[in-house]
Amino acid sequence: MPGGDGRKFGTEALRYAVLAVFVVLLAFPFYWMVVATFKQNIDLYNVENNPFIFNLPPTLDHLRLLFNETRYVRWLGNTALVGVLVVFITLVFSLPAAYALARLTGPWGQRIGIAIFLTYLIPPTLLFIPLSRIVAGLGLQDTIWSLVLVYPSFTIPFSVWLLMGFFKSIPKELEDAAMVDGLTRFGAFFRLVVPISISGILTVVIFTFTLVTQEFVYALTFISPESQQMVGVGIPIFLVRGDVYFWGSLMAACLITSLPIALLYNLFLDRFIAGFTVGAIK
Amino acid sequence: MAVVQIRNLTKVFKAGTLGAVNNINLETKEGEFLVLLGPSGSGKTTLLRMIAGLEAPTSGEIRIGNDVVNNLTPRERGIAMVFQSYALYPHLSVRENIAFPLKAQKVPKEQHKQKVEWAAGLLGIEKLLDRKPRQLSGGERQRVALARAIVREPRVFLLDEPLSNLDAKLRTSAREELDEFHQRIKTTTIYVTHDQVEAMALGERIVVLHQGEVRQIGTPQEVYDDPADTFVATFLGSPPMNLLETDDVIVGFRPERFLPAGLIAPWAPMEEIAKTLKHENLLPADLQGPGKRIPLRLHVEHSEYLGSERVLYGKLSETRFRDKPVCARVSSSVLETYTPNTSYDFAVPEHELRFFDAKTGKRIPPRPFPWQ
Amino acid sequence: MAVDDRKVGVFMFLPAVAYIALLIGVPLILAVLYAFSDARIGTVGFHFVGLENFRSILQSPSFRAALRNSVVFTVSAQIIVIVASSILSIALEAPFHGRWFVRFLILLPWVAPISLGAIGWKWILDSIYSVITWVLVWAHVFKPYGAPMWLGEPTLAMASVVLVHSWRLIPFSTVIMLAGRTSIPKEIPEAAAIDGAGFWRTEFLINIPMMMPIISVAVLFGTIFTFTDMTVVYILTAGGPYDSTQVVPSLAFATGIQGSDLAAGAAISLFLVPVLVLIAYFMLRAAHRAEVA
Repeated sequence: MPGGDGRKFGTEALRYAVLAVFVVLLAFPFYWMVVATFKQNIDLYNVENNPFIFNLPPTLDHLRLLFNETRYVRWLGNTALVGVLVVFITLVFSLPAAYALARLTGPWGQRIGIAIFLTYLIPPTLLFIPLSRIVAGLGLQDTIWSLVLVYPSFTIPFSVWLLMGFFKSIPKELEDAAMVDGLTRFGAFFRLVVPISISGILTVVIFTFTLVTQEFVYALTFISPESQQMVGVGIPIFLVRGDVYFWGSLMAACLITSLPIALLYNLFLDRFIAGFTVGAIK
Repeated sequence: MAVVQIRNLTKVFKAGTLGAVNNINLETKEGEFLVLLGPSGSGKTTLLRMIAGLEAPTSGEIRIGNDVVNNLTPRERGIAMVFQSYALYPHLSVRENIAFPLKAQKVPKEQHKQKVEWAAGLLGIEKLLDRKPRQLSGGERQRVALARAIVREPRVFLLDEPLSNLDAKLRTSAREELDEFHQRIKTTTIYVTHDQVEAMALGERIVVLHQGEVRQIGTPQEVYDDPADTFVATFLGSPPMNLLETDDVIVGFRPERFLPAGLIAPWAPMEEIAKTLKHENLLPADLQGPGKRIPLRLHVEHSEYLGSERVLYGKLSETRFRDKPVCARVSSSVLETYTPNTSYDFAVPEHELRFFDAKTGKRIPPRPFPWQ
Repeated sequence: MAVDDRKVGVFMFLPAVAYIALLIGVPLILAVLYAFSDARIGTVGFHFVGLENFRSILQSPSFRAALRNSVVFTVSAQIIVIVASSILSIALEAPFHGRWFVRFLILLPWVAPISLGAIGWKWILDSIYSVITWVLVWAHVFKPYGAPMWLGEPTLAMASVVLVHSWRLIPFSTVIMLAGRTSIPKEIPEAAAIDGAGFWRTEFLINIPMMMPIISVAVLFGTIFTFTDMTVVYILTAGGPYDSTQVVPSLAFATGIQGSDLAAGAAISLFLVPVLVLIAYFMLRAAHRAEVA
């Protein structure tokens, strides 16, 4: 906004200052994780040393410990497997549901959509006790299948809500034209709407996957054995031997797990926002 | 009320590319209604926004009432602006919308009521004061936007295509209201539009802009009858002026001056004229000015009957310009129906021809019609 | 055509509704049943005991403390988050070089799994090796070994929990606010500038009121995420020191799973419901207002 160059410079400087403060406050723990990952224990556990720099040369020991002597890789595998399966199940249930609610059911569709969305607000900390009994009753206790079964209960509502937004932004006339050309309603959905919405669907995939990796309560409650655990629970619970925290490896694990998720999330965030603002505002 | 002076104003958005506004000079008269007319991309909105202070010029000077305002914020310039979308604050009532500028300029609270009611009265919206914008029709919103603009008694009014969001019927009545409004308050007004009918109807003077440059400044009469170049000639008038090109000269004539030959001959006997006209709609012979006529035989290809007139599209197949599509507008007072694939004797009064340089497009003095 | 559509539509969303009904509705009912019973892990049958569980919970000081903590933590965190994310969303609104990278960094607390962020903070707030301690000692605010135990003293531990929750939520809230800001048509702040409003007036009288629906959504979500979260407390302090940071969900976990008293645990967790219902009500109102506007 014009008003003299002096004023403009002042605002810009202030903006950068504010951003710098926030970036430091928010991202510094991750910088810290990076440092801890590569610091030698003697350096790390020395109160005198400056924690922000490497006083002794960096080391790969913590990484070695993490990958060779812990079940970290196993947890990553478990989480990835659960993630893929849950994404698949979620899509199978939520794609048709979102389409039906966006297109086919009139004002009721809107209301059911909101009801579905509200279930997303029901927290795991309310349901985990009865669910633990159900899971035990089904014999899925201590296996990853308990999570594959239960996770869609919150990923489906979330995905339906997101996908409704994406579908609503596609002009109705496209499907009408397709049906005039001979497709059934379901055919129009499958052959036309789904391919057009690929970017929206991809966004849902990414966000569902991140929801799976972030979950803690159910994984903690349903699974006890170390080898079956998810990475979000394994790291804080099992990388501790008794009272001893292997901080170097712990930080390494946190870092390695968080960064790829963060990258994916950021790549798809704009699409996510587009989807939910269109959907929410319509 | 003040005069706006623009000197050598340029705005370049991306270094190295052609500016949105290129070295424009113009000066309003006090209290005048000046229209900035041009197609999209002509720079008219950018120019307006620079006058408002929403966009900083790359170079050049803007003066309002003789003060250089380049470094002043919008609020310090003493202007008011009505946006294309009206930009009414949706969460405030009409009264609060109109009062907002008074609050912002720290006008004492006691004066608010009186000023709001004065502004609302000027625009006839007293009954709407307690409504919210979403409860208003398009025309009502426009009036609220104007009330909000006038309440501060600005020295200059800036309007950015305020009628384009209204449907066609509403537009004409809103246009009349705007005209009356201006007659009443007499504030210097700069009005941006791409609609040449609006420009002709409202403007005391019109600034025709193209690609960031001023092509002509003049009264509606001047820009229509005396266009400065081929752009102005074709931009004003619908259907546009017929242009015939040769290697060194372009000849132009307006469709409504391209008439059946019989109507133009000052020497045609009364009976001939009577044969071609509806008895009750005789055109006075002296409406066609003195001087020669240029006979051009029109081969009609397609005609449109529009009620009050017929528009004929065809070619001048017996001249060197046989490939150039031309059109003519003939009042429906003329009884002839002009069937397609037939040739008719048409003509243009010589004084209605306009000549332009073939290379620059600029207007040049009249010369003989280039038959060869 | 419309009738067929209806049928097809119902078939298309029924599976999802059924899944949700089974895996959320049924446990919800079970939770209520357990709360009125004497179920324990390991036993098979259970008997109804009426309001017994609720009575003993409401009388228990540790529950009262947990409830108080839940409210205090949630409200404090929301205040911090709203103020911080408002400021941050203003700073991020206009484009600038490196904006994507800055956004990436700012989003990290929200994207990283909660447990991992919490563990990171546990290390940062460690009694001996805390980097915050080191900086404060270096700045001569404390003598060496004289710094407080961030997670070891009740008030500080509570502050740390609020800090971690705020840290996590600021990015989330900022993103939502940014979306709200960009949805304001740009001509409105321009009209305000022409009308004479300065920066603060435009912010408080125009921008923020127009973003109210979005701000409400951010607050409501943030409240749920904080109020119903057990992970931060579980990892950071395990409820300590001396249960001073225990909150309702973590107490439910401790009682129901670790303590094997399913009934009591279920009853405790049911106290989350009134807050959730309240939030759902406000959300629906905000959504309705946003649609009408």
